Amino acid sequence: MDNDKILAKLQEIYRDVLDNEDIVLTTATTANDIEEWDSLANVQLVVEIEGEFGIRFTSAEIPSWKNVGDMIACIQGKL
Amino acid sequence: MTTTFQQLKKAARHAAADLPAIKVALLGDTATQLLATAISGTLAMRGYRAELYEADYNQIEMQMLNPDSEYHASGARYTVVFQSTHRLLGLYNSLDRAAQERLADDRMAQIEALAAACDGKMIYLDYPETADNVFGSFGTRVRHSFVYQLRRLNYLLGEFAATHPDFYICDIADVQNRIGRSAMFDANIYNSTEMVLSLGSLPYVAARIADIITALQGRARKCVILDLDNTLWGGVVGDDGWQGIQIGIGMGIGKAFSEFQAWLRQLKNRGIILAVCSKNNEATAKEPFEKNPEMVLSLDDIAMFVANWDNKADNIRHIQQTLNIGFDSMVFIDDNPFERNIVRENIDGITVPEMPEDPADWLEFLYGLNLFEAAAYSEADSDRTRQYQVEARRSADHRRFADEDQYLQSLDMRAGVAGFDDFNTPRVAQLSQRSNQWNLRTVRYDEADIHRIAADGLHACFAFTLADKYGDNGLISVVILDKNDERRRLFVDTWFMSCRVLKRGMEQFVLNTVVDYARANGYREIEGEYIATPKNSLVADLYPSLGFEPAPGREGRYILDVDRYEPLKTHITINKH
Repeated sequence: MDNDKILAKLQEIYRDVLDNEDIVLTTATTANDIEEWDSLANVQLVVEIEGEFGIRFTSAEIPSWKNVGDMIACIQGKL
Repeated sequence: MTTTFQQLKKAARHAAADLPAIKVALLGDTATQLLATAISGTLAMRGYRAELYEADYNQIEMQMLNPDSEYHASGARYTVVFQSTHRLLGLYNSLDRAAQERLADDRMAQIEALAAACDGKMIYLDYPETADNVFGSFGTRVRHSFVYQLRRLNYLLGEFAATHPDFYICDIADVQNRIGRSAMFDANIYNSTEMVLSLGSLPYVAARIADIITALQGRARKCVILDLDNTLWGGVVGDDGWQGIQIGIGMGIGKAFSEFQAWLRQLKNRGIILAVCSKNNEATAKEPFEKNPEMVLSLDDIAMFVANWDNKADNIRHIQQTLNIGFDSMVFIDDNPFERNIVRENIDGITVPEMPEDPADWLEFLYGLNLFEAAAYSEADSDRTRQYQVEARRSADHRRFADEDQYLQSLDMRAGVAGFDDFNTPRVAQLSQRSNQWNLRTVRYDEADIHRIAADGLHACFAFTLADKYGDNGLISVVILDKNDERRRLFVDTWFMSCRVLKRGMEQFVLNTVVDYARANGYREIEGEYIATPKNSLVADLYPSLGFEPAPGREGRYILDVDRYEPLKTHITINKH
């Protein structure tokens, strides 16, 4: 799966979980850019992403992403 | 259950402001924010708006034991306390061996202190097991092993709850047994967030908490309506004959139906009413019950038997009218998706489980739904089916009398009048939780409340029983009067009655009794109040119909002048013994 496809899927998950259809993700997006993306929502995002891609993040990976691009790289490494 | 956390989150966010509010407090020793959302969402889906107070992380004792805390100021009616197995294990690991051996006892002492400080009801989540297997299975016999102490603690919780009516255990250990440890707990999420319940398990845990809250709110389910062919037995009795249906060992998948019937029989013994609603000829439909020795259920277990070729929704309305209980207290079980849909679409509030295709899967599926959470239990419950059967016989006899007075006279009704005592208190509390229709103010009292009211000297309390020639109905009505000695007035704080004894002149008998009490104790007025709920329109005009005058300027309030009261006509005599 190429990175753009992953990004598109992530955007869908973010919109659904955060209940905001206006969210537009780029690889540079950080939690500071999206109001609803707090630590609690992050738990939900992680679990939804794991389910969507059929992967599992390690507990060290979860806090390591600085932006969406890091997350995509992490997902890509597991596919 | 297919509800996801995301759906609960949306339900919580969009809960309508006009839903009835319930004040709930949540205190935990791990991160509970998402559990709080799941509880709010589940209650919203069940028609309540949760006003939730969530304590900061790990503040259970600080909040509950300090009388000036935010928790006590929150006015919570239900206090949910979640102490996790993880934290308990952490504590255990820090203890010396002697203290490890006391782990369960020490934790129970702490819980008892919390229960004593709790406002309203306490809902305590029990401990899902995780064995550290330091000793392996051998640990189950080593007193200071974690698994030994953990199991002992869950056992002690039950012992404590048995004698503390305001303390409810929420059995999330059962949730883990159903969904599995690996579904209950996400190690990676736990490590980064301190959440010990996985996101996927939250809807299940919240449902079990809401089951207890809604049962205590008077929304317990009371009745199961059952289809027959391919539901209570395999095959079609009209085609296969009473000998040929699948029931019992050796007949097709008869074992599944036998075990299903055995479960239904346990529900009936607990006080859940069983009714039959089947498309069949009545005589044919009854044959298996009468003749097939493999049947677990007998006709005596069925409060109402409806077998005809009419629409099932109409038949269920007929059952509802006869049993006089709300549709929301009914569960309909039918193997046929078409019938299920008709009932679901036409009867508002009824629960219609989407049964798995294979009857072998039914029991575990139904266990998991936890449809029959009990708010209380008393021995008298197990008698309920017989009472409804008697009622059906009574109503058949009724039709033979042209004149109502003659009919009532023929019943030979005798009422018992008592205060609240050790025997009737659990029953009074239970009727207080369950009475919805014939209930003037719908103030719910539990056992502890009833004990307090009976003892505080501020109230006059009456528990009425009614027997007639068909048998004893047991406790059927309760009155609690607030004594205002200064104004020589009694206020009817509570008056509810079981709908089993409607139209028998019981309300007249009760009022005569109350007025006798007022006269004997120097009270001049009795004030009543009607508080409307969605279910109690039955008694909207009760007070005027009994001779009360509307209280000027006070909506819903009525006054009775004791001196001018003439005893009302009734065919009920007092039972002296």
